[in-house]
Order: sequence, then structure tokens, then C-alpha cells
Amino acid sequence: MNRIRIRSEKVIEWIMILCSLVSVLTTIGIILVLSVDAFKFFKEVPFVDFLTDTQWTPLFEDKHFGIMPLLSGTLLTTTIAILLAVPVGITIAVFLNEYASKKFTSVVKPLLEVLAAVPTVVYGFFALQFVTPLLQKVIPGLAGFNALSPGIVMGIMIIPYITSLSEDALRAVPKSLREAAYGLGANRFQTAFKVIVPAANSGIVVSVILAISRALGETMIVAIAAGQQPRLTFNPLESVETITTYIVQVSMGDVPQDSLEYRTIFAAGITLFAFTFLLNNISFWMRKKYQHRYE
Amino acid sequence: MVQKDSYITEGSPYGIYKLRVEGLNLYYGTKQALKDISIKIAPNTVTAFIGPSGCGKSTFLRCFNRMNDLIENVTITGSVMVDDIDIYKNMIDVYQYRKKIGMVFQKPNPFPKSIFENVAFGLRINGESSKSVLQGIVESALRQAALWEEVKDNLNKSALTLSGGQQQRLCIARAIAVKPSVLLMDEPASSLDPISTAKIEELIYQLKDQFTIVIVTHNMQQAARVSDKTAFFYLGELIEFDKTDKIFTNPSKEATQNYITGRFG
Ligand SMILES: Nc1ncnc2c1ncn2[C@@H]1O[C@H](COP(=O)(O)OP(=O)(O)OP(=O)(O)O)[C@@H](O)[C@H]1O
Ligand SMILES: [Mg+2]
Repeated sequence: MNRIRIRSEKVIEWIMILCSLVSVLTTIGIILVLSVDAFKFFKEVPFVDFLTDTQWTPLFEDKHFGIMPLLSGTLLTTTIAILLAVPVGITIAVFLNEYASKKFTSVVKPLLEVLAAVPTVVYGFFALQFVTPLLQKVIPGLAGFNALSPGIVMGIMIIPYITSLSEDALRAVPKSLREAAYGLGANRFQTAFKVIVPAANSGIVVSVILAISRALGETMIVAIAAGQQPRLTFNPLESVETITTYIVQVSMGDVPQDSLEYRTIFAAGITLFAFTFLLNNISFWMRKKYQHRYE
Repeated sequence: MVQKDSYITEGSPYGIYKLRVEGLNLYYGTKQALKDISIKIAPNTVTAFIGPSGCGKSTFLRCFNRMNDLIENVTITGSVMVDDIDIYKNMIDVYQYRKKIGMVFQKPNPFPKSIFENVAFGLRINGESSKSVLQGIVESALRQAALWEEVKDNLNKSALTLSGGQQQRLCIARAIAVKPSVLLMDEPASSLDPISTAKIEELIYQLKDQFTIVIVTHNMQQAARVSDKTAFFYLGELIEFDKTDKIFTNPSKEATQNYITGRFG
């Protein structure tokens, strides 16, 4: 009896190790594939050009391989999304945590999470067919494809990421701090924003970082509504192309594989990967550093 | 060590009591936690609340600064008068009112901010932003809480780096910085070592000049050492309230006698 149990526990242990190996190997595989082709790319295109050239025209006659236009497109749409999602997401989290009744929270939170479950292609068309025309009424001269509209819609999409994780962080702040603040005569607003939010700031920062990663990697919304013109600009009213859009454009197109044109997507991909990898490490480090604060 | 007061007025007309409770009942949902409590507490005295665990001491203490408002489903009847104003009548601004009542909790609960910002918090939320005013008050509050000498060179260090005893004195400093007139203390020394406890007790004695102090304690010696009057609670009722030396030497109720001699609780 006992021996069977020990045996079956061993089997379960092995299954778990195998499962985690799958994810680790996948990550290593992705990095390898990306680096091999990116390496070939950088044998033909100097790394300095890649970083400093202000044009990205690998598919044209006059070829330029500067990542900056794609990077600016990516950072621009992400920044717009974050500027919208962070204040709104945190405010909702504070509202649910400090002001709303338990019943209200239990209705609103699942509804919010539906936002994250909407397929991004739906968001993409929402941006193109609804938000852009709406914005054009307010902002004359707004291009049909622009950074603003998908940025805003992407912001709406990531609100639940920020709200949900921030709300967890706010809820984890000990009740005793809340009592201390109220005991000193703080009102609800002061308690929320001067005590609870600062005490939860590491968790909130982690939620923001994850949301940034999500926005950086988002493909559909920007591919549909931001356009496909790599342009080094920080003007949200113009059409831009993001790294992800470019990768889709090339991999769906008829560029021959094993050509320099095709390898550009690996160079672009590894740039994006570098950003999200860095962000994930920062959030991991923050979580580790502040984890034990209240234990 | 503590000299007992002779100026606590008995049976005086209304107006000279700092805290006056009449017929207070409190229910958590349908469960009654406080039963028909009436008590009068004179200004500048130390009153100890004693009684077995779960008898309602903390619940009652929290009635004085309406801390129970934070808990859902609490019903309160009767009246709690502070300076002859019924604080459960809706006219009062509860946030403004709480500034007059300082509270120190069982477990030290400093904010995860610097030592300075902890003590300055109550002033800042009142809109005080002058650096020199804040500095002055922070220093005097820390001095009063007998912590100044230990932290004066590290005011910008996180309060969480202090020891438990220091944190609790910091919480006292934070409470008295807003110049309340009443200080509520819920087992303020129960998580501290004997030396820190002695410091806190000494402090309570010092602070009596300026505050009306109510302290919950499980430590009979502590109650005897620091308080002028003692209230004994049992199962949500106030069984006996009298001068501390009377309670500890010659209580009039048998339940009190049993409790202080350690026969239950
Ligand atoms: N938030 C709450 N909800 C429901 N019941 C509560 C709540 N807080 C306290 N009670 C109940 O009210 C009664 C009095 O609790 P209270 O904390 O006031 O006792 P206490 O005398 O302070 O005990 P202790 O000495 O252990 O601190 C207890 O029976 C307790 O279970
Ligand atoms: Mg208690």
C-alpha cells in the first residue's frame, strides 16, 4: 500500500517536471530560433545601422534597416494605451477596494474581466470602424489609420489587467494600516491615496509592467487600425507601424524565406523580445524584493 | 509608583466628564456584543478596561472614535457623549471628529513611510505643509513619546526598520502629534518586551496631564500601576467600575473578585 503511494507520488513528480521542462524548452527554442536568424541578419546589416538609421524600408528598392520607426510606432501606441489604462485602471481598483460595496464589486469585477476576454480582432475593428470615425469628428485631419485610436482601444483592453492585479495588491494591505489612517482622522480619499496605494505600490507597479508587456506585444489591434507605414514619429495623429504589425505583414506576404528581407522579422522580433524580457525581469525582481514586507 | 488621584469627582453634575456613555448596546449582525453599558470618565484620568478575552473591551473602546463604522452590519443604540456631544448623532463630521481622539492599537502599525512622515501624517492631512511647523511638532511629539533620542539622527529612515517597542512609541507619537484630547489604547504593550512595556507605562503616566486616557489591558499589574479607575467587563456587560485600588483590593462584585484573583478568564 505504502509502496504504491510512494511510487505514484514519484510518477506525479516526474509528470510535473516534464510539464515545466516543456515550457522551459519552448522558451529556449524561441530564443534560439530568433537568435540564429537575427545573427544571420546582423552579418549583412551592421548593428549600428540597425540602431541609428531613421528609415525602415527592407521591402523597397532603396533598402534601409533602421529599427527606430518601428520602435517609435510600438512605443507610441503603447504609451497612449498606458496613459489611458494606468489612471483608469488604478482608480477603478481603488474604487472597488475602498468605496464600493461587496455586492457591487462582485458584479463589476467579472464584467471587467470580460474586457480581457474579447478577441483582439474585435477590438481592432472597433478601433477602425468606431473609434477612429468618432475621433475624426473631434480632431479634423486625423488620418484613417493613426496611432491614437488603436492606442486608446488597447488601453481599454489592458484596463482589467491593471485593475485586477492592483486590486489584489490593495486588498493585501493590512487592515491595521487602514485603521491607523482613519484613527488619525483621514477621510476615505486620503486613506486610499496617501496610505493604501503607496503601501501597495510594488504590486501596482508590477501590474503596470505586465500591462506594458501586453501592450508592446499586442498585434491585431495595431495591425488593423494603426496602418502599415513605418514612420519615425511621435505624433499620435499619423499612421504608424509597430514591430508586431511588421512581423505579421512580412510573414503573411510573399517574401521568400531565407532571404535578407525575411530575416528582418527576426531582428525586429528579438528587439521586441528584449523589451518584454527586461520588463518581466523588473517585475520579477520587484515582486521578490517586496514580497515579505508584511509577513 | 503612580500616585492615585484625589480630584476625580464623584457624582458631579454633567459637563465635567470627558466621556459619558448611556445605555449603549452594540450588535454585530444579530449577535449582541455590548449590553446596556453606562460609564462616565473624567478628564485627565487613566481608565483601564479589563476582562476576559471576547468580553467586548476592544469593541467598546472603538465606540469612542467610531472605528466600528468600518465594520459592516454593526448596529449601535444608546449614546456616547464626548465633551457633551453625542458622537453617534449624524450631524457630526466623523473624519473631523476622529482627529480629537487618538488611538494606539495592539500591534504597532506604522505606515511604510519614513519615521518623520509617520508622525507628520495627521498634520499633513489637515493641510499643514510648512516644513518648519511640521519639524517642530514632529520633534515635540517624538520627545513626548520618549523616542526622540533614539531616532533623531534617522528621521528619514523607514519606520519599519524600528524595533517593535520603538514602533509602538512611534505610533503613540503619531497619535499625539495631532493634539487629540482623548487617547485610546488597545493593549498597547501586549506585544512588547518588559523594558519597552515599562517605557510605555511611564509614558502613559506622563501623558495623563494632557489627555484623557483609556487603556485596555490583560495585565492586572499594568492596570494597577497605570490607571486611576478600572472597569471590569464580562460577556459584554460592564460589571464594575471603580477606583483602581478599590477594584484590586476590595471589589464589590464576586465576578470581579474571581477575575482578578485569576479564578477564570
Ligand atoms: N468584526 C466583528 N464581527 C463580528 N463579531 C465580532 C467582531 N469583532 C468582535 N466580535 C465579537 O464581539 C465580541 C467582543 O469582541 P472584542 O474584540 O471586543 O473582545 P475583547 O474583550 O477585546 O477581547 P480580547 O481581550 O481577546 O481582545 C467577541 O465575541 C467577538 O467574537
Ligand atoms: Mg481586544
